[in-house]
Amino acid sequence: MDPNQPIAQEQPVDEATRIRQAGHSRRAFLFKLSLALNGVVGAVMAVPIIGYLFGPATGKKSAEEAWVDLGSLADFPEGETRLATFRNPITTAWDGQTGDIPCWVRRVSGTTFQVFAINCAHLGCPVRWFAESKLFLCPCHGGAYYQDGSRASGPPERGLFEYEHKIAADKLLITAGKMPTLAAKCGSKPQLTQIANATPVQSSAKEMPEPRCGSCQS
Amino acid sequence: MPKLKQAGISLYQWFEDRLGLGKPAIDAAEHEVPENTASWWYVFGSAATVLLMLQVVTGILLGLVYSPSAGQAWASLEFLDHTVRLGWFLRALHGWGSDFMIAIVLIHLAQVFLFGAYKYPRELTWMVGVLMLLLTLGMAFTGQVLRFDQDSYWGLGIGASIVSRVPWVGGPLVDLMLGGPIIAGPTLTRFFALHVFIIPGLLLAFTGIHLWMVLRLGINDWPMPGRLVSKQTYTHDYHKLTKETGIAFIPDAAWKDAIFAAAILFAVMACALYFGPFGPSGQPDPTLIQTAPKPDFAFLWIYAVLAYLPPSLETPVMFIAPVVGIAAMLLLPLLSPEGEKHWSRRPIAVLMVAVIAVTLGVFTHLGTYTPWSPIMDAWTSDPIPPAYLHDRTPLEREGALVLQNKQCRNCHSVGGAGGLRGPALDGIATRMTEDQIIRQVLQGGGNMPAYGNALSPSETTALVHFLGTLHVENERDAIDASRKLAEPEHAAPNPTSVH
Repeated sequence: MDPNQPIAQEQPVDEATRIRQAGHSRRAFLFKLSLALNGVVGAVMAVPIIGYLFGPATGKKSAEEAWVDLGSLADFPEGETRLATFRNPITTAWDGQTGDIPCWVRRVSGTTFQVFAINCAHLGCPVRWFAESKLFLCPCHGGAYYQDGSRASGPPERGLFEYEHKIAADKLLITAGKMPTLAAKCGSKPQLTQIANATPVQSSAKEMPEPRCGSCQS
Repeated sequence: MPKLKQAGISLYQWFEDRLGLGKPAIDAAEHEVPENTASWWYVFGSAATVLLMLQVVTGILLGLVYSPSAGQAWASLEFLDHTVRLGWFLRALHGWGSDFMIAIVLIHLAQVFLFGAYKYPRELTWMVGVLMLLLTLGMAFTGQVLRFDQDSYWGLGIGASIVSRVPWVGGPLVDLMLGGPIIAGPTLTRFFALHVFIIPGLLLAFTGIHLWMVLRLGINDWPMPGRLVSKQTYTHDYHKLTKETGIAFIPDAAWKDAIFAAAILFAVMACALYFGPFGPSGQPDPTLIQTAPKPDFAFLWIYAVLAYLPPSLETPVMFIAPVVGIAAMLLLPLLSPEGEKHWSRRPIAVLMVAVIAVTLGVFTHLGTYTPWSPIMDAWTSDPIPPAYLHDRTPLEREGALVLQNKQCRNCHSVGGAGGLRGPALDGIATRMTEDQIIRQVLQGGGNMPAYGNALSPSETTALVHFLGTLHVENERDAIDASRKLAEPEHAAPNPTSVH
């Protein structure tokens, strides 16, 4: 009904129409009320749904990581780098083989260890150790790392991820539980072996004999 | 017989009286389209829809057997391949259907782009189509994950590593993607939900909207050079054209769509029958590291780009390039809603399609043989060609052994066999002097690791002597120009042979 129209024209409206219009006004109000009610119910229901959806992202890192036994020290000969595997501390009953995580253990000497994640620091592919050339090589995009985990060449922007480790009762333990990525680096100690922008020349030159002239050698 | 026909009609009428869907469906099927659109160039959209239906049907059939459990999925695929009668064929149909669908969707995209179909009034049709392309690629990626093998497992690792680079929220995003701290059971189930419920639901809904708009706005008329699109006149002109030259979509125009769709379905069946299903490759056991993971065909180009980006540019390019690319595609019809439609008057559009197609093709081709990856077993599988060992001194032959044992072949080829990451070593003496070779081997650089720690002095000497014998016939060996200045008596420059 147009409120600008003269009142005189409203006169012919009979009783039945007026009742119908009042009813419409009431029902339209109730409909809006029901929409608001559903909005409130929806908002309340959204809270647990969003909580469920984002649950995996809200876990504390400390709760996901635990000390994991990699085996007896005798399993790792001095001066060698070997593949070790462990069952992830957090698994589900239906994880199957995916709950078994490998890592590279380097026993430098005595009780000096380095434990590297299997995942390349570039895009997470499994790096392989080549003892003869003392390199870790990645099959995906050709990232290469030296024996101490530092970056040698290729697309990785840093060295291998290193697990925090300790020795207890002649066993090697590491803190593990989460896939190492650039956002979730494993271990908490500073990465001593990864000096930003260190060139491979420096790291290798230290242990290298004086530059030799090939022509004086033979 | 007439009685039977009558009974059939009255049965239809009984349903039609209650449903009322028959008449609008027939009207839609028979709607008039401009005669010039009844072209073989206009068959790709309908073919993509038919392939989507094939994927839905074969996907549901595979769902009867597949077990979306990290511990069982791989075994259920093997069960499908080897135990379930014709299970292998259904897997092959679904896999090949997916490859065909991506190909047809891309061709459809290029065709409507070149025909200017995104211009007024079909801007939204194009934008919905861009989202459908992204959903199709999303189906391809999540489908690859459901084929839960080694490639799938490490592909998820690559995905998580990419997501982890998102500034600030990378960590929580990885957790959301994996559904837990590692790639495991909860990861597979969320990709199952994406592949089976969420993305197909969206894709079907968008397909409905896309088709609705095609019906409502009419199929894009065949572009003519010089016939410009103007918002004032286009609708009027289009209706006039339809009125003057209109033919019924079904059957007059649609027979070409139907024949092409049948040909495509036949091709999918032929490929499925001949080539069989994709994988699964090795078990999704992360402790089996003797693997070289690779994504499916549609993503090989991304895999290649990620190998070539310099480390400092990688993260910015990963997140800026897709946003810019997708935004450009979505905004295209809003930026250019009017004007010329014909490809002969739009050289930049043609050039763009050509450049993008060639770029994707080149990177995909590179992705098929990954020249940037070391060949992990080349050092034990590719021998030194015997010709390179003839008439060599014991020291030089020892150098050939060092070359093998130190795994140089994983990155460098000799005699055409070995890795492609570094340059081939045939003829290296022609390119580098002895001193340069020593420096390069011990200190690395130029994307080569330093071998100073991995080589003893005697090994280095032997290796460099062997490399010094790899000449190019009838070409002089590399010379050290400075040596000539320092020692003028060395007039005959062949440093590798002067000791």
